[in-house]
Amino acid sequence: MKPVTVITGRAIPLNRSDVDTDQIIPSDWLKRVERTGFGAGLFSEWRDDRDFVLNDERFQGASILVAGPNFGTGSSREHAVWALMDYGFEAVISSRFADIFFSNCTKQGLLPVTIAPEKASALLDAVTADPSLEITIDVARGTIEAPAIGMSATFALEPFTTERFLNGWDDIGLTLRNEQDLTSFEAKRPAYLPTTA
Amino acid sequence: MAEKVWEAHLVHRAEGEPDLLYIDLHLVHEVTSPQAFDGIRLAGRTVRRPDLTIATADHNVPTTSLDLPIEDPISKKQLEVLTANCAEFGITCFNRGDANQGIVHVIGPELGLTQPGMTIVCGDSHTSTHGAFGALAFGIGTSEVEHVLATQSLPLTKPKTMAITVTGSLQPGVTAKDLVLAIIGEIGTGGGMGYVLEYRGEAIEALSMEGRMTVCNMSIEAGARAGLIAPDDVTIAYLEGKEHAPKGEAFDAAKAAWLSYRTDEGATFDREVIIDASTISPQVSWGTNPAQVAPLSATVPSPDDFADPAEREAAIRALQYMDLVPGTPLKDIRVETVFIGSCTNSRIEDLRLAASIFEGRKVAEGLRVLIVPGSHRVKAQAQAEGLDAIFTAAGAEWREPGCSMCLAMNPDKLAPGERSASTSNRNFEGRQGRGGRTHLVSPAVAAATAIAGHLASPGDIT
Repeated sequence: MKPVTVITGRAIPLNRSDVDTDQIIPSDWLKRVERTGFGAGLFSEWRDDRDFVLNDERFQGASILVAGPNFGTGSSREHAVWALMDYGFEAVISSRFADIFFSNCTKQGLLPVTIAPEKASALLDAVTADPSLEITIDVARGTIEAPAIGMSATFALEPFTTERFLNGWDDIGLTLRNEQDLTSFEAKRPAYLPTTA
Repeated sequence: MAEKVWEAHLVHRAEGEPDLLYIDLHLVHEVTSPQAFDGIRLAGRTVRRPDLTIATADHNVPTTSLDLPIEDPISKKQLEVLTANCAEFGITCFNRGDANQGIVHVIGPELGLTQPGMTIVCGDSHTSTHGAFGALAFGIGTSEVEHVLATQSLPLTKPKTMAITVTGSLQPGVTAKDLVLAIIGEIGTGGGMGYVLEYRGEAIEALSMEGRMTVCNMSIEAGARAGLIAPDDVTIAYLEGKEHAPKGEAFDAAKAAWLSYRTDEGATFDREVIIDASTISPQVSWGTNPAQVAPLSATVPSPDDFADPAEREAAIRALQYMDLVPGTPLKDIRVETVFIGSCTNSRIEDLRLAASIFEGRKVAEGLRVLIVPGSHRVKAQAQAEGLDAIFTAAGAEWREPGCSMCLAMNPDKLAPGERSASTSNRNFEGRQGRGGRTHLVSPAVAAATAIAGHLASPGDIT
């Protein structure tokens, strides 16, 4: 993945809780065997509604999505992350993310930013009121700031996840450094364990 | 117990890094794997342990006649890509029509590949199903699928643990599905986030393996990536004689090892929830997330019933989408379609239960009823018992195995505005087809609803 250090941009408010991955990318889109082109499917059923926030011209070009709690619940489809990134999002902010979605974000380089519920709620209101509000997220410092409204918040990633974002490391390459450990573990596995062969 | 399985699979541990865990079994299907295989090829890597990997076609397969070709060219291509990828990397793959083909979470247990104390992953969130055997089993994304293909391991951060103790016993007519819906209603869609759940207590011990699978299957609907149940005599009896289970002396050795994974007396959990089984009645979802459930005997709730603003807002949206009016008795809600199937409720006991209600009765006028067995083995067993004849005599459709209308990737879909009672696991907006409205229920309630034409329990029909 590409390194991610500082993200500066405008945000789109998605004031809904429990946004599941079926809404982020409906299952019809999952039949594709490619990894690209999912942006057109992002929230596609909601986008049919002209009043949906993604159709609001004032928010065009925003790179940060601010959402309600429990974002990314449901299916494990990484297509949800591909769709958000393909559309142009670099970060998603919520007070709580579903575990698999969060993990998928960190594998692809979409920054999941977890902040306190009251901060998330205040940010949703602020962005809704001012579509031009500029937000800066600093991965190394673990901070999110919107100077125009005097708002600042902190977020925590696992230290190793922070390093991976900053350096854009490849997870598989990192694991293969432990090839010897893998081989010796395999030699000790109990004989009764099943094989599929 | 989760802790014991975790430590037994530790390949590498270093300060400031996630633990590297070995994966005993990797289940693969057509939807979340093509991009992972592409990644392997692009990086010039290979599949480390094809002998610990197994693939099946399930999400896309049509459930109509096997004698006809697949009409959707994109689905067809995705299934062909799975076959080709498995052939290239030497992975056993059960294609459409194969005697072992079925929903990935149905075939693992029935083949005996799912065993206690194992680590099991799949690019599917309902991998939690396998936790019923005391395995640490969880869904992963496509990047992780690629990682497991390449290394047979995953870097993971240890989750917190939550004990869900279900005391007492379920009343007659109340099923594992009702129990897990009630649990999700209690802890919420986000309550399990960051946790592994361990279900325990008398009511859990009294469940069959298939009932336990139904409970663990829906752990993810409470936000938990994994949910497990300690292995016991029920687990061991289920495994004995299964195709991939150890045999003879090896079985005895394995049995001792399996039971050693049981939770120690006095083990502590980060959170504990206690639920009294005797208070649970048949459940039905009224909204658009699986925590929006109520007893079937209740009425559609009002948004004002929810103190939390986010829950209230979600209820307003859900009632609008579901086209429901607060105060309406849930049993007055008429449905157009009934779906019995999915990795939650498509096993032989589910079909037997449904058949016992359909027997000698007719599906209500104009209703569409799809019964989709979880695998070819389940289908063959049901047919050997004559269940298919009961379903078709009642006016239901008996289909080929697959995920089907659980997620509407194949031609089995709801039309916009169409309402279903479904034994599947998700009532999200559009989950069963764009604009479709889903009520999650048990196989017993689904069958009774099919006869009555409106949401009903077996006690409501004559």
